[in-house]
Amino acid sequence: MDAPLEPGLGWARWRRSWWYHAAFYAETWRGSVASSVLFPFFYLAALGVGVGHLVSQGAGLVQGQTYLHFIAPSLLATTTMQLGESESMWPVLASLKWFRTYHAAAATPLDPEDILYGKLSWVTTRGFAMSIIYTIAIAIFGATQSWWCLALPFLGALITLAFAAPLVAYAATAESDVSFTTIYRFAFIPMFLFSATFYPISSYPPYLRPFVQLVPLYHGVALAREAAYGTGSFAVIVTHLAVLVAMAAAGLWWGKRTMRRRLVD
Amino acid sequence: MATSTSAVVQAHQLVKRFGAFEAVKGIDVSINQGESFGFLGPNGAGKTSTMRMISAVSHPSGGTLSIFGLDPTVQGSQIRARLGVVPQEDTLELELSVRKNLEMFARYFDLPRRVARERTTELLAFAQLSDRENDKVDNLSGGMKRRLTIARALINRPELLILDEPTTGLDPQARHLLWERLYRLKREGVTLIITTHYMDEAEQLCDRLVVMDRGSIVAQGTPRSLIDTYCTREVVELRFGVDTHEVYFERLSVLAQRVEVLPDRVLLYVDQGDETLKAVHASGLAPSSALARRSSLEDVFLRLTGRTLVE
Repeated sequence: MDAPLEPGLGWARWRRSWWYHAAFYAETWRGSVASSVLFPFFYLAALGVGVGHLVSQGAGLVQGQTYLHFIAPSLLATTTMQLGESESMWPVLASLKWFRTYHAAAATPLDPEDILYGKLSWVTTRGFAMSIIYTIAIAIFGATQSWWCLALPFLGALITLAFAAPLVAYAATAESDVSFTTIYRFAFIPMFLFSATFYPISSYPPYLRPFVQLVPLYHGVALAREAAYGTGSFAVIVTHLAVLVAMAAAGLWWGKRTMRRRLVD
Repeated sequence: MATSTSAVVQAHQLVKRFGAFEAVKGIDVSINQGESFGFLGPNGAGKTSTMRMISAVSHPSGGTLSIFGLDPTVQGSQIRARLGVVPQEDTLELELSVRKNLEMFARYFDLPRRVARERTTELLAFAQLSDRENDKVDNLSGGMKRRLTIARALINRPELLILDEPTTGLDPQARHLLWERLYRLKREGVTLIITTHYMDEAEQLCDRLVVMDRGSIVAQGTPRSLIDTYCTREVVELRFGVDTHEVYFERLSVLAQRVEVLPDRVLLYVDQGDETLKAVHASGLAPSSALARRSSLEDVFLRLTGRTLVE
């Protein structure tokens, strides 16, 4: 029939998968758009202003800052983590097993790696977009204190990818979603609560602090705070960044293998 | 017979192993441009494993395979750009509209938006789904979903269309409509590869076919030549209202070239079915039902493997 289609180079191919995920979202986004835009404002109003009022009347837990200033950056970090998590387990298993739409994609010029990169780059794009909204909300609530806050959207994108990459890799090995609920309950909820999210790490007893520092989300929270305040030494920032970049890199390395194993034999 | 230059698919001693299990045991196949080629066999015969290798999503464990003269292990992407694949289970986006399913899939082949829209309109007409283009796929019937899957597989104007069990689970009317569409593609010169465990489907659609059983090819040829080689012209089916049909074997074997006793019926392979029916009655046997019919690939398969296809 037609002349053979140009299959395209690798980099061009995974962009097609990014585009497909984006187009799919554009078709089905109505449920999530309100939550994406409004939740940052709700969270900041409820926790920053509401709880913050109580905190300022109490023991004065946070020194030199309002509680709103303290909580706003960590909410950006936890929200982008949750995005990376929620977009990576059930949706990936659905595309691989329940609807098998990734198998349909694997029958086209796309390789399994293209599908993986397309998925992860799309989730990262969403993390970036969501972080822009968060940064605007933080600015509106007056909780930004440095031009470094302009780095927050990029940081949000990195946090999303750091959690999404290993979880997509894991989801590509799963046969059912039973383990997802366990991961959510016993990894993500505790991380959300105990990563120095709602109170500073200094409120933990000294012997517990090293354990908090082992929690992946802690590094995202700490970085977000440093960006919002414009504080933090170079060495500390590099350490936190290295943890997140290592998670993303390990996830990509693992995901290339699990996706390939799942889609081609 | 084919020359290798016009062969779209060429397999030599092709093997697929999963661990210790050998799903495909060294098959030789050559499929020509414009041909409609069938892989016939029961579940577990190795058809789907063979299809996945030809679709360039599964690497051969042994032997050689070339598709469009390319090597699927290193040029998979180039090969897949020229293929259309209709998998056994539908893999449609159930939450999206019929039209979106095609337009978005076109992006995987890097078709420009305008081309994607035009082809979608064209293919929806071909699949007789134009009036449902804005409906969610979830609301379509099984036959409509199948036609949409075929339309989607045609979005890149493939030179080779691979259909794995295209009509399994469809009602007779939906099957015939699908066959008619596949005929049309065949007339347009698309090379078709079809796997099926339905004999009538293979007879309807395939110019040439191979019969697979337990990973090997047990026979090949045109549907007619297979019937001529492995079967008689007609078959008489007899049912007796008793628990076992074995007892009739001796008495019936003198009336036919070959007798096959199945749990629920006896098959007599003969040249003249009506004459045999008369002879059965004349010999004093009184079957509860008796039927003379033309022999089919089903009988060929039974002859070759000693088993029925759909168990």
